[in-house]
Amino acid sequence: MTDKVTNDFSITVGTENGSGSQTSNLTILRALFKMGVPVSGKNMFPSNIQGLPTWYTIRLSKDGYTARRDEHEIVVAMNAKSFERDLKDVLPGGVFFYNDAIKMPIERDDITAYPMAVKQIIKESGISSNLRTMVSNMVYVGVVAQMLGIEIEKIKMALDFHFKGKEKPVSINMTVIEASAKWAAENLEKTDKFFVEPMDKTDGLIMADGNAAAALGSIYGGVQVVGWYPITPATSLVEKMNAYLPKLRTGKDGKATYAIVQAEDELAAVGITIGGAWSGARSMTSTSGAGISLMGEFAGLAYFAEVPIVIWNIQRMGPSTGLPTRTSQGDLNQAVYLGHGDTKHIVLLPGSASECFEFGWKAFDLAERMQTPIFVLSDLDLGQNQWISEPFKYPDIPMDRGKVLWEDDFEAFEAKNGDWGRYKDVDGDGIPYRTVAGNRRVGSSYFARGTGHDAYANYSEDPDIWMEGMNRLNTKYKTAQQYVPDAIVDNMDGASVGIIAYGSTDPAIAEARDLLEAEGLKTNYLRLRALPITDTVREFIKENDVIFVVEMNHDGQLREILSVETPAESTKLISSTLNNGLSLTAGWIRDDILAKKEI
Amino acid sequence: MAATNKIGLEKGDYKGAPTTLCQGCGHNSILSQIIAACYEMNMAPEDIVKFSGIGCSSKAPTYMLDRSFGFNGLHGRMPAIATGAMLGDTTLTGIAMSGDGDSVSIGMGQFKHAMRRNISMLYIIANNGTYGLTKGQLSATSEVGLTLKKQATNALQPIDICVEAMASNATFVARSFAGDPKQVKTLIKAALRHNGTAILDIISPCVTFNNADSSYHSYGWGRENKNPIHDLSFIPARDEIMIEDYEEGTMQDVAMHDGSVIRLKKLERDYDPTNRMAAVQILEESSANKQLLTGLIYIDPNRPSFVNTLDLSETPLNRMTDEELRPGPETINDINVAMF
Ligand SMILES: Cc1ncc(C[n+]2csc(CCOP(=O)(O)OP(=O)(O)O)c2C)c(N)n1
Ligand code: SF4
Repeated sequence: MTDKVTNDFSITVGTENGSGSQTSNLTILRALFKMGVPVSGKNMFPSNIQGLPTWYTIRLSKDGYTARRDEHEIVVAMNAKSFERDLKDVLPGGVFFYNDAIKMPIERDDITAYPMAVKQIIKESGISSNLRTMVSNMVYVGVVAQMLGIEIEKIKMALDFHFKGKEKPVSINMTVIEASAKWAAENLEKTDKFFVEPMDKTDGLIMADGNAAAALGSIYGGVQVVGWYPITPATSLVEKMNAYLPKLRTGKDGKATYAIVQAEDELAAVGITIGGAWSGARSMTSTSGAGISLMGEFAGLAYFAEVPIVIWNIQRMGPSTGLPTRTSQGDLNQAVYLGHGDTKHIVLLPGSASECFEFGWKAFDLAERMQTPIFVLSDLDLGQNQWISEPFKYPDIPMDRGKVLWEDDFEAFEAKNGDWGRYKDVDGDGIPYRTVAGNRRVGSSYFARGTGHDAYANYSEDPDIWMEGMNRLNTKYKTAQQYVPDAIVDNMDGASVGIIAYGSTDPAIAEARDLLEAEGLKTNYLRLRALPITDTVREFIKENDVIFVVEMNHDGQLREILSVETPAESTKLISSTLNNGLSLTAGWIRDDILAKKEI
Repeated sequence: MAATNKIGLEKGDYKGAPTTLCQGCGHNSILSQIIAACYEMNMAPEDIVKFSGIGCSSKAPTYMLDRSFGFNGLHGRMPAIATGAMLGDTTLTGIAMSGDGDSVSIGMGQFKHAMRRNISMLYIIANNGTYGLTKGQLSATSEVGLTLKKQATNALQPIDICVEAMASNATFVARSFAGDPKQVKTLIKAALRHNGTAILDIISPCVTFNNADSSYHSYGWGRENKNPIHDLSFIPARDEIMIEDYEEGTMQDVAMHDGSVIRLKKLERDYDPTNRMAAVQILEESSANKQLLTGLIYIDPNRPSFVNTLDLSETPLNRMTDEELRPGPETINDINVAMF
């Protein structure tokens, strides 16, 4: 066996949707993580509950690259319906594991093919017959582990975790896995070149999906009122909240310090969120593109009435129902401009699971500081897949409740500033002082409305008063620059070509930069974490001769926004976009940038 | 010196901005009764919160209870905002005002789901059978045959707000007529003490667009055809309940959640508003007979409100401290371990 390949390949498993393969795939992923090997897992599933083909790709990368790859060195075929395609997908020199019940020709001599006697192994494992279909996907876990060298003890740890320590399912699954490994040891001869070996590259890291991280971050941000409506891929965010809230946020009286309301639709979901925030509770909703569309009118109301809410958008492919189970960054424009009239929203762009946690709590601080809706844009890839992540960091600053006046504050405010007006700009930063329903101080109340209003919240149709109000909102938007998370810049010595990207593409960009450097192109990288843009972004654009704006939407939505913000430099901004439902690969980014660099 | 109530407030302390509704609009008279009820019930305006959607009826809260917080939201979406706000501060008393367009056209879904949740608040639908604010279009409650200026003659069956409320398992369903201020006020008082969503369908004539005597939502028609099921009085909790001399079977007391009592005196027929089947039947009968049936049609004082269902903490959400809201630093390690 020549050129042994260790910890640097992808395994793709083709199964049937709804067959329970997710447990098997996560088990392999987690076992590798526990062996210290950098890994990532990408689920490619159809919009279907049961029956259609589904794939899961695990990438091992000794160098720490975790972006999606198009190449599959190892393919496991469990599904007759996708067998032919799966077989074709194996890279030359690769490995093909297949369920031997699938009687189809394997006409390739450039790969190693290993049959797996799924039925026989299950039968001989002594598992009672009613459980057999359920555990048949564990066979490939055992066989692959045996052939590649994944430690069985780490697999046990992964299963313990998955089943929360419940002994029975763990032992049933382990029985099958061990039997399968034993069968493979006795019946298969290793002729391929792929190996897993322990490393120490995941020490101190965790594995999490962005939605769980966002849910927990929100809980540490003190979330109180959540209005929501089920939609893939956002649903698991609120479901995770439901899972953790009782433990973390039951009050001294044993009762809930939060209210989660599954609304009748997204209009009601965001309406409930606005109501909660208006009466002073930390309030959020979580949805995906279609839901955001329905929230449009309310987003304008919250912007204009200045109600601090948080809206998570776990983006999927649109327009319309689009590809509901595929990822995208297509909703950036929608988030910034949602609502009729002159709306301009603050948007946060988390780029990792730990950042989903961080922005989970920061979004509330920002909403209450700025008294406006905050959109947090994650996506299906970040939200639903498992990512290696820094551990979640406990908030390093106390909660910022912003300029809110309760009874005593109100008295002090009046003593200092004379009269109070809900929409009066006292500090010159465009942010007024707000009171919330429930303040019992006489004179602290106001009538919130989406119609024209003056600094004292009185109804007004006066053109000058309207202009004053909108100008103040503009000042407020400018003020936001000093509060939003700043962009992160990573420069290479001597580079004059820049890359701007955001969100879940971060690992692909990092890898692409290494690939580009190998081609002789050094790049600087700015990862945008929020809009409005800050001086960091303006300087980055100024300093680089040409900037590729990489994003997963067709029209280059961020490039458009940046062009508007930096008109003098806009010709330097070149769009590098791909929006096909799949997360970007480093190879594609490299090729696209190299191709466009020539022009 | 003006008279004051038991908490030392004058009636003027309950007023709002001067009304901009048309003179004679039914909505104005509803406002007067809300003000009178709150004053007489000695409620601090600061303990009340107002909600509305969009429409003339939804503008109306501007013209009452200036000292209360209020939210004039979106067309048809008031219930959602009210739900969130009432969860945010469970110590407030909610008064919501909506119209027939607002609640049973664009807002039908939210209207029904508010009742399904049984969020605690008074929910008035000022029902004028037309869209006032957009200048007199037909509405979903317009009767068959109604002809409005610049509009066609209505050929579609009207939606009966109380029937919808019953179908949605509302726990308090009443109908009244803006031309019967005494009954309106009594129903408002009872509704303000209901632990759940209290639906008040008040026929509130639009004098500008839909007040011909032949129209079911006009003053003339209401005066002619109103048919109260019973004579109502409201005895607030802590007030001594007077034992009156009455003939067997002529009076019924309904005890409310907080100890208040609604006293119903029989008029022409026996009617028990705690009987669901009877409520559905009487609604169908009155609509078949083209009568404006008024009174407390149905009440279930015992169903848990949404706040009870959610088992919310006694401390209102908006009064919780940072320590109550943010789990302590000692918890973060377990969370990271739980991630794998
Ligand atoms: C989304 C939306 N669509 C339409 C309108 C226009 N509009 C304003 S009020 C109204 C109807 C109000 O009718 P109703 O609720 O019966 O109240 P009324 O004015 O009769 O009291 C409409 C259609 C709007 N404000 N918002
Ligand atoms: S138009 Fe009709 S509903 Fe509107 S204020 Fe005038 S009378 Fe009232």
